Amino acid sequence: MTEFHARATDPGSLLAVNDLTVAFGDNVVVDHVTFSIERGERLAIIGESGSGKTLTALSIIGLVPEAATVSGRVTFDGQELIGRRDRELSKLRGEAIAMVFQNPQTSLNPLMRVGKQIAEPLRRHHGMHRSAAAKAAVQLCARVGLPEPASAARAFPHQLSGGQRQRIGIAMALACRPALLIADEPTTALDVTVQAEVLAVLAELIATDTTSLLFITHDVALVPLVADDVLVMRNGAIVESGDVSAIIAAPSHPYTSELLAAARKTALPPDPATDRAAMAAVPPGRR
Amino acid sequence: MMNERPLLLSARDVGRVYRLPRKSLFGPRAERHALTGVNLDVHEGDTVGIVGESGSGKSTLARILLGLDRATTGTVTYRGRPVEPGHPREQRWFRRDVQIVFQDPLSSLDPRLTVADTIAEPLVGLQVDGSHDERVREVLTAVGIDPATRDRYPHEFSGGQQQRIAIARAIAPNPDVLVADEPVSALDVSVRAQILDLLGHLVDQFHLSLVMVSHDLGVIHSLCERVIVLHQGVVAEAGPTATVFAKPTDAYTRRLLAAVPRLAE
Repeated sequence: MTEFHARATDPGSLLAVNDLTVAFGDNVVVDHVTFSIERGERLAIIGESGSGKTLTALSIIGLVPEAATVSGRVTFDGQELIGRRDRELSKLRGEAIAMVFQNPQTSLNPLMRVGKQIAEPLRRHHGMHRSAAAKAAVQLCARVGLPEPASAARAFPHQLSGGQRQRIGIAMALACRPALLIADEPTTALDVTVQAEVLAVLAELIATDTTSLLFITHDVALVPLVADDVLVMRNGAIVESGDVSAIIAAPSHPYTSELLAAARKTALPPDPATDRAAMAAVPPGRR
Repeated sequence: MMNERPLLLSARDVGRVYRLPRKSLFGPRAERHALTGVNLDVHEGDTVGIVGESGSGKSTLARILLGLDRATTGTVTYRGRPVEPGHPREQRWFRRDVQIVFQDPLSSLDPRLTVADTIAEPLVGLQVDGSHDERVREVLTAVGIDPATRDRYPHEFSGGQQQRIAIARAIAPNPDVLVADEPVSALDVSVRAQILDLLGHLVDQFHLSLVMVSHDLGVIHSLCERVIVLHQGVVAEAGPTATVFAKPTDAYTRRLLAAVPRLAE
């Protein structure tokens, strides 16, 4: 924990969260959370329902419900974000900090062709001309591994499968090459084979763009696939933090041990032969 | 496969075809083959997993096994008698013997019934003899819910406790077969392990046969001795869970197993 305090106050961090507290009246749902993300770092927050993991992420980009009171400091690239006006934050959202949500069905506009939705942040933040943005949108569809990018860009969300829609969500989020991508349970709604493909695309793209990642999940087994460091949250507070493989091998907090034991009980036994090799061998973009 | 124990539920060459809405005024209606040529035998004491991704037909198969949906082709029998949708009174013999637990406990429990009424209701409907009060106390104790809370309502319980109540309701008529459709998918991981433990205990304690439908291979692995893998309505692979998961022979099963994220010990 002390290490995280020290890192959070480092002015060189891309994102520094200090003493973040979110409350609804007397009900404190995020309790003095402190952590930081360096440039190019991939951090996961793991927690069960009600742990405060999603509200922690939402308060970084100022999307908490109006009824909530937020205190503490969130510094992004040297600028303080808490207390900023919504108009100022919305300039940041989608450009420097982008987000991928759990359910692409609800986060995409059903009445707009997906290409236009991908082009929207480019036109808005980069002032790109409509035709240039449309071209860029097709290229982004190709980057996220959609088989026929030009026709995919012309599709409406309902014409795509869940996996394809989440690829669109990723394309949209990465359009402006954000410095930080926040992904909140991005594969929870997907089938397991599709999840493997979508995670592979996500990991590859953020590595190429050196985008920092904040990955929020309830599934411990996903953490080693996408993150280097992890925060374990429970009842609004961080109970443990550090290197992913170290924590999985030797958790120091009893809650983390409990969570890992429960996850192992319902997980398939490790299979070193198929594990990483099979993930890498999944054919891209089939769904 | 040789089996000495009596055959309970049996699906023979079951197919289910849905007719899709007409796209044009002329010409035939399109069809979707949700299930094709599925065979499944559940003997006394079996624990069978039906695993598949969305659209694989696993829920359709469960509904047909329960007599909630009619197979387009093939037959389902329970102890040799045909099972199909019909008037509830004619199905009473079957409903007492085969019970179900659904995915979302809160939507499967009536919010206006107390825990005791929730559990006693099927006992009344199925004309089960004996003291219902006594049975309610027994099954609540068996699922780890304090019988003193019997007059509370479902919303007063946590998600895990609600699922325990739904399980208590299912085992109350003393069924031989329990069909569980994604029984832990809506639950947090720590609660999930507890509910799976509970189901394992109940299977032993009440000599239940278990049919569990899940998209989660780990859940099937933890509880089911046999598994059938469904892919696009067809059985891709079937056999003992340990064999199928360790040495899959079918290409789809291999791809499915490879996609499951694993945790190092």
